[in-house]
Amino acid sequence: MTAVSTRVRPGVAARPAKRRRPRNVVAHLFLGALIVYFLIPLWWLVIASSKDAVGLFSGSGSLWFSDAIHYVANLQDLFTYNGGIYLRWLGNSVLYAVAGGAGATVIAVLAGYGFAKFAFPGRNLMFAVVLGSVMVPLTALVIPTFIMFSDLHLTDTIWAVILPSLLSPFAVYLMRVYIADAVPTELLDAARVDGAGEFRTFVSVALPLLRPIIVTVLLLGIVATWNNYFLPLAMLSDSSLYPIPVGIGLWEGLAGQNNGGGHSLWSLIIIGSLVSVIPLIIAFLSLQKYWQGGLSIGSLK
Amino acid sequence: MTSTTTAVGADRPAARPARATTRRNPSQRRAARRQALIGWTFILPFAIVFAVFLIAPLVYAFYLSLFTKGLATGTQFSFFGNYVQAFTDPSFLKGLWFVVRFVVVLVPVQMIVSLAAALVLDAITTRFARFARLTIFLPYAVPTVIGALMWGFLYSPIFGPTQQIASAIGVSAPVLLGPDTIFGSLVNVVTWQWAGYYMIIIYAALQGVDSTVYEAARIDGANAWQLAFRIKVPMVANSLVLILVFALIGTLQFFSEPQILRPIANGTITPDFTPNIYAYSVAFSYAQFNYASAISFALGFVVFLCVFVFLFATRKRGSVFA
Repeated sequence: MTAVSTRVRPGVAARPAKRRRPRNVVAHLFLGALIVYFLIPLWWLVIASSKDAVGLFSGSGSLWFSDAIHYVANLQDLFTYNGGIYLRWLGNSVLYAVAGGAGATVIAVLAGYGFAKFAFPGRNLMFAVVLGSVMVPLTALVIPTFIMFSDLHLTDTIWAVILPSLLSPFAVYLMRVYIADAVPTELLDAARVDGAGEFRTFVSVALPLLRPIIVTVLLLGIVATWNNYFLPLAMLSDSSLYPIPVGIGLWEGLAGQNNGGGHSLWSLIIIGSLVSVIPLIIAFLSLQKYWQGGLSIGSLK
Repeated sequence: MTSTTTAVGADRPAARPARATTRRNPSQRRAARRQALIGWTFILPFAIVFAVFLIAPLVYAFYLSLFTKGLATGTQFSFFGNYVQAFTDPSFLKGLWFVVRFVVVLVPVQMIVSLAAALVLDAITTRFARFARLTIFLPYAVPTVIGALMWGFLYSPIFGPTQQIASAIGVSAPVLLGPDTIFGSLVNVVTWQWAGYYMIIIYAALQGVDSTVYEAARIDGANAWQLAFRIKVPMVANSLVLILVFALIGTLQFFSEPQILRPIANGTITPDFTPNIYAYSVAFSYAQFNYASAISFALGFVVFLCVFVFLFATRKRGSVFA
């Protein structure tokens, strides 16, 4: 199911190399141009992070290192500025992303299994509502949720960010589509006949078959929460609860007004941005074989 | 993803003996009831989250949007007054017009880039192509805020290379965040951020197509272009529709990128630049929560309507959400 089994097509490999060469050159040039385009901002970030304030503003050679490399000094500055607030933001981001992503995934696995493997009245209607809700723009819910939470005195707490992140109708849709095919009902019935309870059947028979989709949905959930800006921006006013994007946005606003208290916030913003993109890039690179298969599921049905 | 899937179908439980017979004896009825109960138990956590964080905010927003808060009058029921105000409010309409124009330009650009990349990557299997695939996807892992910020720096005459490049060829540097250029600059940021994700979805779908289809086409004498546009593109039409829906929903609620570029765009990005920024300003700068709810609800409705119309227009047998 998961394996991208058709990766090497016999037809492609068997074609004579001579005829393919000219097209390949054009294709490789095209890919080369895309690589340059998609890497330039990240390249700029890596370069700019190595510079101190003087190097940043000197304006010469913004796409190449200057003589002095200041990574260590910049990192020290980043982690100590304002009592180490950046580390706090980093911790908050990890907390929100892991709690929101993992929570949404658990909820989606359970619901997907319920939709895919049990018949009950109202199931199709309920699933149609879930599909329809994929079309509801989630940011349209932010301000209403904020007002609701502020009536309950829940704004400005970690729950204001974590709880709304648990909602992911698209994850439920992906799970249902995947589970319907990947988990044979006969296998579940066999476990039931052997005397396993429903929960036991789910955990020991169904779950092991779902690893690729769980990794995919978990990654999508973590990315969505890690990158979320509007929700925490609206919900939080205590800057010690900010996740990184909101914190960096705060610094950017201050730097734009020259309000860093004599401190060059621009170099902090740049090195802080670099640090914030590294964890997800590592996660994606190391989990490639799972999500590359999993991402196509939504469009198969 | 092999396509062993569709025929076997999601509705397998319905084919179970317990459901198949029209007349059931008591023990079968009990079994059906038990099954329903267990099914609902699995769905319950999601149902709660769905009710509390989707249904409740929507209903509450709609309720709030029916009231008007005045300094002298207090909170008064005003029926659809806020909506009349919103759809005659030049700020809201201006923002709406901006995101609609933005969709019309951005979505085709994104589609062309991601489709072209996916088709090329599907045709070539070198190590270079694998590296390209990861690189193109990489921006998806970068937070939108950081992506917008990096491009903001690159656009900036102080931090970025534009000044150097311009002076090297002897022209004055363009202002990339000015009133005339902001549109294109934002299209570029969003394309950079999302094209890779869309490319991966199309690519995965292309990989799932049975290769014997291509063999047959080649034997019939199809060349590479015909293979790409007559066979491959129609085979992944479902993914294209899915991506279009994502792009449509995402772009109409445009917020993070312009909000982040605001401090460095010297007033080009106004508090009513997009409907979402406007709703945010109305709520948090002016504390007009009733009117902000109406704007949010109106925007949500417009998005829902656009997507619905789009899906209806492209509906065909076995399509994504139909």
